Amino acid sequence: MPQTKDVTELQAICKEIRRHIIDMITEAKSGHPGGSLSAVEILAVLYWDVMRHDPKNPQWKDRDRFLLGKGHAAPVLYSAMAMQGYTPVDKLNTLRKLGSIYQGHPDRRFIPAIEASTGSLGQALSVALGMGLAARLDGSPSRTYAMLGDGEIQEGQIWEAAMFGAFHKVDNVVAIVDYNKIQLDGFVKDIMDLEPLADKWRAFGWHVVDFDGHNIPAVQAAFAEAAATKGKPTVLLAHTVKGKGVSFMENNPKYHGVAPTVQERELALKELA
Amino acid sequence: MAAKTKYELKLGMATREAFGRALVDIGRENKDVVVCDADLSKSTMVHFFAKEFPDRFFSCGIAEANMVAIGAGLASSGKIPFVASFSAFVLNKGFEQLRVTAAYPNVNLKVVGTHSGISIGEDGPSQMSIEDLNLACGLPGFVVLSPSDQVSMAAFVRLAAAHQGPVFLRAGRPKMPIIYPEGQKFEIGKAIELVPGKDVTLIAHGLMVAESIRAAEILEGEGVSARVLDMPTIKPLDEEAIRRAASETGAIVVSEEHLADGGLGVRVAQAVALSAPSPMEFVGIHNTYAESGTPEDLIEKYGMTAANAAAAARRVLKRKR
Repeated sequence: MPQTKDVTELQAICKEIRRHIIDMITEAKSGHPGGSLSAVEILAVLYWDVMRHDPKNPQWKDRDRFLLGKGHAAPVLYSAMAMQGYTPVDKLNTLRKLGSIYQGHPDRRFIPAIEASTGSLGQALSVALGMGLAARLDGSPSRTYAMLGDGEIQEGQIWEAAMFGAFHKVDNVVAIVDYNKIQLDGFVKDIMDLEPLADKWRAFGWHVVDFDGHNIPAVQAAFAEAAATKGKPTVLLAHTVKGKGVSFMENNPKYHGVAPTVQERELALKELA
Repeated sequence: MAAKTKYELKLGMATREAFGRALVDIGRENKDVVVCDADLSKSTMVHFFAKEFPDRFFSCGIAEANMVAIGAGLASSGKIPFVASFSAFVLNKGFEQLRVTAAYPNVNLKVVGTHSGISIGEDGPSQMSIEDLNLACGLPGFVVLSPSDQVSMAAFVRLAAAHQGPVFLRAGRPKMPIIYPEGQKFEIGKAIELVPGKDVTLIAHGLMVAESIRAAEILEGEGVSARVLDMPTIKPLDEEAIRRAASETGAIVVSEEHLADGGLGVRVAQAVALSAPSPMEFVGIHNTYAESGTPEDLIEKYGMTAANAAAAARRVLKRKR
């Protein structure tokens, strides 16, 4: 599996992932570009730098695990997993088509290396905590990462899980909020404001790291801080930009769930060249 | 004058207690067995397990949705989690989690619902579960079990743990008559013929099994030969036993402590329609919620006694050509 800590290399990887996302969703004619683009740096740092995993042995018991709670951002996960060697890169453009392993939302039946089938929001943090408990019982060094959408954490189950994680001191689990401030119907602050978000997590007993989710050294430092935090779980509040990297998609709620046209793809790929 | 069968039907322990005790036994044998609870351990009887294996017992607080998904995570990492609550809570509040984190990815989660049906008694309809089998059977890949006494429950806890895949196991609150001798063998997906008969078949699960045996005794006194089948596996259904019952006796009564337009009855009807179409009657709760009362009074008022099963048998016999 390819690995690197080098910021320039990681930035190049991020650009390639973004090109995949644009291409896949354009070909599929449906999908969620905005929330895929906002999560790119976090997934790149996880898969290339932070996580202990082996694409040749995806069921390795002591592997680190990644769960995409915001399952609609599947394209960013598929691109990262394909580039890591789990699945074919040349089939990415079959996204959402009948018979494709690249289902509309992550589905373990089609890609067993996916840790959890997701798409119905609010459930991945609980599943991740169950995995964290299992690792602790087994004395395994495995760590589990659950990426949550900001809109997703409006779900009540997230806060049940937040109570559980702190109460049981599940410090081998890290929650990452892709805080891009936009959800399907518009801006989070207008739909159901989350602020003061860091205070909420702290009140629930979590260690909180607030950082720029597109700044690779900041992302690396956040994961390092999570790893060093013992006795409580950590939540990473990654401040991101929805549609990051494509000027006309950035901070535009329209691109939560609308595919680029062929013309828009050309413009986007030019910016990501 | 009712005839006697070989069944004494001596009162034994509640199926929830048999579950709680069996769980400790399999916990001793397999360290991968773990338990999640939502503040009902003294009622679901997983407190026995908690006492012996505190490190493998996870208190989730009153948060069933989270509990189900925590269990799914434990199962995904190789554990054999039993998540337990009242049927009314774990299936209704946890249904979406059962669907997306357990059924859809087919994880090895064991879901136990106690205090099922209306025999929970005085607590009333908010705690009663009359739709749980409908919900559980609506989850593709789930095995759905409803044992009738302490012996079969102990066996099915073991079978559930050994089965690879998601399982729902239904238990009740009141003490139940003992039907089976110690050592009786059970299989997932197999009905057990308790009473042989040729005129009509009485099929039941859970609390209605003993009542159906008593109904067969009443009918025998009237010269009617009633077969009694215990159907502890609601899904996958023993279609062969149903086909034989339909073709050999030509009339079927399904009795269950559940909504009659869900649960086992409609599933048996589907199997009968596909094999040997025969008249059927359904004993159960009919499109209503029950109320507070003693379990005995409720069973009587809502029509789930041996007398009700016998009356249904007489009705179905009149319709039999």
